[in-house]
Amino acid sequence: MKNFNGTVLFLDRSDINTDEIIPAKYLTEITKEALKPYLLEDLNMDSFDSNTDLEGKQVVITRENFGCGSSREHAPWAFEVNGLYMVIAESFARIFRQNMFNCGMMAIALPKETIERIFLTFSGKETTIETDLEKNIFVVQGGGEKMEVPFTVSDYDRSLVEAGGWLEFADSKY
Amino acid sequence: MGKTIAEKIFDKHFVDNPSGDIHVIKLDAVFCHEITTPVAINDLVSRGKDRVYDASKIKAVIDHVTPAKDSKTAAQGKIVRDWARRQGIKDFFDIGRNGVCHAIFPEQGFVRPGYTIIMGDSHTCTHGAFGAFAAGVGTTDLEVGILKGVCAFQYPLSIKINVTGKMPEGVFAKDVILAIIGRLGVNGATNRVIEFAGPVVEAMSMEARMTLCNMAIEAGGTCGICRPDMTTVDYLWKYIRDDFGSKAAALETYSEFLPDADAEYENIIDIDVSNMEPMMTVGFKPDQIKPVSEMVGEKVDQVYIGSCTNGRIEDLRAAAAVLKGNRIDDNIRGIVSPATPSIYNQALEEGIIKIFMDAGFCVTNPTCGACLGMSNGVLAEGEVCASTTNRNFNGRMGKGGMVHLMSPATAAATAIAGKIKNSSMYKGA
Ligand code: SF4
Repeated sequence: MKNFNGTVLFLDRSDINTDEIIPAKYLTEITKEALKPYLLEDLNMDSFDSNTDLEGKQVVITRENFGCGSSREHAPWAFEVNGLYMVIAESFARIFRQNMFNCGMMAIALPKETIERIFLTFSGKETTIETDLEKNIFVVQGGGEKMEVPFTVSDYDRSLVEAGGWLEFADSKY
Repeated sequence: MGKTIAEKIFDKHFVDNPSGDIHVIKLDAVFCHEITTPVAINDLVSRGKDRVYDASKIKAVIDHVTPAKDSKTAAQGKIVRDWARRQGIKDFFDIGRNGVCHAIFPEQGFVRPGYTIIMGDSHTCTHGAFGAFAAGVGTTDLEVGILKGVCAFQYPLSIKINVTGKMPEGVFAKDVILAIIGRLGVNGATNRVIEFAGPVVEAMSMEARMTLCNMAIEAGGTCGICRPDMTTVDYLWKYIRDDFGSKAAALETYSEFLPDADAEYENIIDIDVSNMEPMMTVGFKPDQIKPVSEMVGEKVDQVYIGSCTNGRIEDLRAAAAVLKGNRIDDNIRGIVSPATPSIYNQALEEGIIKIFMDAGFCVTNPTCGACLGMSNGVLAEGEVCASTTNRNFNGRMGKGGMVHLMSPATAAATAIAGKIKNSSMYKGA
């Protein structure tokens, strides 16, 4: 199972699409590793630089409808090869969310107010998250503040994360 | 309680309910193209699972970058080609026979009412036009589909969109779907099936229904879906005539998938098209919509007519009707990509290709082409394309480029004017 703890990358925008996460021109790559330098290269957001801002980050916190657009699993892979295994958002596009769990990664939706509170308290500060998968709680810490945030993950999604993805799960079961 | 089309299809294909509202369903077809399938094939090979569940149910095409533009795209094509041979996949469409996936697969009769289909491509929702459940998936789902013939989805909730009124001349399915996306927003249908109903949809051709369903994903929808009817049967007749004694018998069978009168929808939205104007997008999100009349005169550098949204024969006919006898503006680069070889052929026979060429368009082979800025028709920084495609994301057609989505008629009129303009087919509300 992957590790869901680490330093947070805040992306304060809704509707971040898969073309922004990994531009179509890199879909000619046939290995995941080759995607590494291009994550979020075309992100349309002021004050974000994919060359410097991804350094040392393991978890993304963002707003609504994250990962909309194309079905490309290259989007979760681009996160994966950069060591980012979890995205927390207000909501996700269906295919992106499924792709994350299918790869044994996590895409967790939290209520709008909670996301807003996290942004207000921690955005701009060096922030870390610890994920307690037994109690279903995130412990968010930064700038002297600490917040415990409960989350839900369905039994099915959890079994995908534990199995390391849908392929092994399905092949053994169907 | 009654059932929607999607619910009826799910119940018929039920395999397992591993937890909550997750249903694993059996697949009638798995579609593949050369951008998302090679990674799936390589992964299956590396896991020692290089098998397919049923070679006759897998359909594959090389369409995004064809002919190959460099060594990397050549390698992607080769992986799919070698795999199709190795696995005995007969329905594989390579160069000379290939076209845009969501145009060529329906044209070949691979989609039937009641089918379940997945593909590693978000616009797989197009095939719902036939009363099928068709959804885009990522690589892992695709791998499992190829290997086991199953896929897991949330049991489908549906939104019904009733399209009523009289379509004004010069207003097309593309304008209707843009208006619907404007109303729903880019995530207004996330995890939902959009069922398109009402007299306007019933009167639409299969081509127009495919244009509608194609863009369901732009509102976040899992699938767009239309009720199977005589128009569906007529379109499919040459492929199904051996299975049924008459068209009426085919319709009777397919009626199994009509929604019940008391089916439950999460939401029902009525849209009256009688006063609808031709629409276009104006930003980097497909729900940023304005009537073309409010954008008249805005700058354009390139006009692209094609794609799985609007590269079918009706689309080329509409554009040609506007272009006939005209030349496009000197400052415009016009590109048209008929979506499949048979559409290309038909357009040749009808004199449509000549109209495009006389007008100054570049006619390419059937391909996704400029739609996703991977091969031909890439924009330079700061350039604008008036396009009949389905996605206007930032950088979609090239870094720093802007894409305005619109109907083929509007795109053709814009090419002639050299800037945004309503087509001569539209006479006003
Ligand atoms: S035409 Fe465009 S949207 Fe359609 S399948 Fe090709 S790249 Fe995707």
